[in-house]
Amino acid sequence: MKNFVLGATSSIAILASTVAFAGPEAEVLHWWTSGGEAKSVAVLQEEFAANGGTWTDMPVAGGGGDAAMTALRARVLSGNAPAAVQLKGPAIQEWYEEGVLADISSVAEANNWAEVLPASIAGHMMCEGTWCAAPVNVHRVDWIWANADVLEANGIEMPSTWDEFNAAAEKLQAAGVIPLAHGGQAWQDATVFEAVALGILGPDGFRKAFVDLDMDTLKSDEMKAVFDQMRTMRGYVDDNFSGRDWNLATAMVMNGEAAFQIMGDWAKGEFLAAGKAPGEDFLCASTPGDGFLYNVDSFAMFAVEGDDKRAGQELLAELVVGPNFQKVFNLNKGSIPARTDVPLDEFDSCAVLSSEDMAASSDGGSLLPSYAHGMALRGAQSGAITDVVTAHFNSDMSSDEAVQMLADAVANSM
Amino acid sequence: MADLSMTQGVRQSQASKIALRWLLYSLLVLFALFYLMPLFVMITTSLKSLDEIRTGDLIALPREVTFDAWSTAWSSACTGIQCEGVRPYFWNSVLIAIPAVAISTLLGAMNGYVVAQWRFRGANIIFSLMLFGCFIPFQVVLLPMARTLGIMGIAGTIPGLIFVHVIYGLGFTTLFFRNFYVSIPAELTKAAKVDGAGFFRIFWSIFLPLSLPIIVVTVIWQFTQIWNDFLFGVSFSQAGTQPVTVALNNIVNSTTGVKEYNVDMAAAIIAALPTLFVYVVAGKYFIRGLTAGSVKG
Amino acid sequence: MTKWLEEHTPKLVLAPSFIAILVFVYGFIAWTAWVSLTRSRLLPRYEIEGFIQYERLFDSPRWDTALNNLFIFGLLFILIAMFLGLILAILLDQNIRTEGAIRTIYLYPMALSMIVTGTAWKWILNPGLGIEAMVRSWGFEDFTFDWLVNPEMAIYTVVLAAIWQSSGFVMALFLAGLRSVDGEIIKAAQVDGIPTWRVYTAIIIPSMAPIFLSAFIVLSHLAIKSFDLVIALTGGGPGYATDLPATYMYAMAFSRGDIGQAASSAMIMMMVVFAIVVPYLYSELRSKDG
Repeated sequence: MKNFVLGATSSIAILASTVAFAGPEAEVLHWWTSGGEAKSVAVLQEEFAANGGTWTDMPVAGGGGDAAMTALRARVLSGNAPAAVQLKGPAIQEWYEEGVLADISSVAEANNWAEVLPASIAGHMMCEGTWCAAPVNVHRVDWIWANADVLEANGIEMPSTWDEFNAAAEKLQAAGVIPLAHGGQAWQDATVFEAVALGILGPDGFRKAFVDLDMDTLKSDEMKAVFDQMRTMRGYVDDNFSGRDWNLATAMVMNGEAAFQIMGDWAKGEFLAAGKAPGEDFLCASTPGDGFLYNVDSFAMFAVEGDDKRAGQELLAELVVGPNFQKVFNLNKGSIPARTDVPLDEFDSCAVLSSEDMAASSDGGSLLPSYAHGMALRGAQSGAITDVVTAHFNSDMSSDEAVQMLADAVANSM
Repeated sequence: MADLSMTQGVRQSQASKIALRWLLYSLLVLFALFYLMPLFVMITTSLKSLDEIRTGDLIALPREVTFDAWSTAWSSACTGIQCEGVRPYFWNSVLIAIPAVAISTLLGAMNGYVVAQWRFRGANIIFSLMLFGCFIPFQVVLLPMARTLGIMGIAGTIPGLIFVHVIYGLGFTTLFFRNFYVSIPAELTKAAKVDGAGFFRIFWSIFLPLSLPIIVVTVIWQFTQIWNDFLFGVSFSQAGTQPVTVALNNIVNSTTGVKEYNVDMAAAIIAALPTLFVYVVAGKYFIRGLTAGSVKG
Repeated sequence: MTKWLEEHTPKLVLAPSFIAILVFVYGFIAWTAWVSLTRSRLLPRYEIEGFIQYERLFDSPRWDTALNNLFIFGLLFILIAMFLGLILAILLDQNIRTEGAIRTIYLYPMALSMIVTGTAWKWILNPGLGIEAMVRSWGFEDFTFDWLVNPEMAIYTVVLAAIWQSSGFVMALFLAGLRSVDGEIIKAAQVDGIPTWRVYTAIIIPSMAPIFLSAFIVLSHLAIKSFDLVIALTGGGPGYATDLPATYMYAMAFSRGDIGQAASSAMIMMMVVFAIVVPYLYSELRSKDG
């Protein structure tokens, strides 16, 4: 009964606070619920509280944010949107088009976001020229992780082309090691697929295929080669990969059962949590080929009523992009700061490499959004592509069929 | 019902009778093992340490029993930045489930009573329409319901969740009570009417006292449905009103973090305890209630 | 006035529930039908565009898989759960001394949500961790049980877990039915020397027709709504081999931002429900009125 009374009084309090300013407050919808992630968000909450804010936590985990998005739709439709929501990629603009996002340009301009963020990442935070979201971090997706001992024992270097990777895999297989640790969930299949696609299509081809949805590229022979490589890699995965969580695949690399894993840099958190040292116990490198696939987590601000809530949003946006939070959060989470002016002294060698590569690709025009993690395309299109990728990987479909299906699925999703 | 094997046994040799009994019991035990398997895995895992889970056999008995995971799950597992375990959410679920079960059962009883005993023109059509409501996939109603709750001003509140559960429970509760009351002779109502008793009087002093078995069935059914609901819970709650299934999901289904399987399993068992308790304690009445008429189509 | 009130009390009592169902079931179905004719994406929109969503739906290989799976899953699940439920009920009806305990064991899965048991099932069915590994460790090296990771067979693991969850409930229904069959008839049959199995097939089982119907309705309701089960057990995979219409719809509406498409799949689901339930209601109500 107590909670019920509390709930009732707090809703009265919300009504009352539209009249009297009661200090900044924000309800934050996010899906960072596990130990390390939650600790990282707690840093933000503490800073928020230290600045006089009241943080209401609204965590909804599951399916990479699917459940959270369900909750978000219901909340928006009921006219009761949370103040800040973990959203990313084109979904931000999609929500903007529904007319439910708030404008936080004043904060962004006061804090010079345009100066400190790489242009392509800043682009994701803007809705028709106004700022509507605040970036938290940059995950690199196209990483390949390896067990250092296993590689050394078999005389293998980190591969720099896919052919080298295949040769290494054959060698490992002959030695009785599983070459590639993989979890057969659609998003993991897509993660491997886009790393392969980046390597084979090159940055320009990748952009044409997965940002512009250019039909010729989607049906090209290069795309067939991508599917061919996926078929080859299917042979390097153990039999029980279906449905395996990514962290279990990481564990296989850690304990030497498998040699490689292709996964974003959140995998590093698993290695570090198990007390493994980068460069010694495990190796990190970008997947074969040029370019950098980023996955940027961000908070979008939803239009809310009341001065205290708006103040809360602005405070939150300011803190999220502030140097201190960017450093502490990303140290915890394995990613790198979205700001380019945060000193990286305390970061490990993988993060430093990631940061250098990001700067270089940003200059070279090969800093690209990850399609598998919802940065490049809207949900309907990226979902349609993933359906084909995962259907191909989990069956004996030919590459010709797959390419045709891909083009059909993309056309059908428009 | 009759004990068939015993009477048959007269004509069978003693030995084959015993063999048959053995076969019967081993079949029953075999099936019991099948049903218990997942529970066994859950309980043993919840009693292991994380190291043992990482290194050992997932379906082996724990080498060292520890209850740490249980206390973590109850009061200190992180479900977001708050690390209070499933405890606060557990109480939300109680606050949602109890009124929702009570209200939907009461309404179902009244509706069933009307449809079964106070036939009027169109009553059957109304009943069919209500019954069809049992079958609507809940995903269909999420978005329009969200809008409706917003208009009613109870979005994100516990009364809002109670409301939703009552509405979508009505079909089944009405069905249960209707099928039960339809087997009660109409003469009973007629006689009472002749004696001058009114609609509510008859319900209160004749039908309700007869209804215990079917009330048990309905309460079990509704409580299980509402307690285990995730879809409504996640869609129509906000910070502070999330039910235990949402918290459980937050613990179990985090995507990019270290998984503590022992805590997951302990939290899962804790979340399931009330429904398990209801089935174990009231299971006997459940069969009795079903026998008493609810299944007589 | 009081007389009018007295006459109409039953209707007035039924009215609020009926209106609620009318609005919250039928109103919402109508809403869904409307939205299925639009190009709604992230949030519902109301400009009608025609049958484009249905065309997209039938062009989608994933929807084909989902619909096929519903038929495979639904048919096997309903048939096996009913058969198993009946067998268990008959076995339990033979004066079993520990009936109470065994019954509870059979019944308890119904009390758990699949969010709770999904992980455990995943482990049990996983070839590297569960049954296959266990049997192999006993020395049967060739033993294979890899349904969970085999796209052709994965849907059957969903059937297995669904049967595990619901067959106990069906058993309870049938047990209740057996207990309410008139004992006199059976005794008479036994006196005539009819063997036990004939008593069951010829007398007892036919007399339980209404229970078969109830069980069928409960099971088909569960089959059509099966959602948690798939999400927790296979997540729709491998690939999308175990997708069901309910999971397809959910994915479209909530992770893809394609609400129009979700609405059209929901309408097809409703039609399937309609085709199953209406004949039942018809027979049910006709027999009662007769």
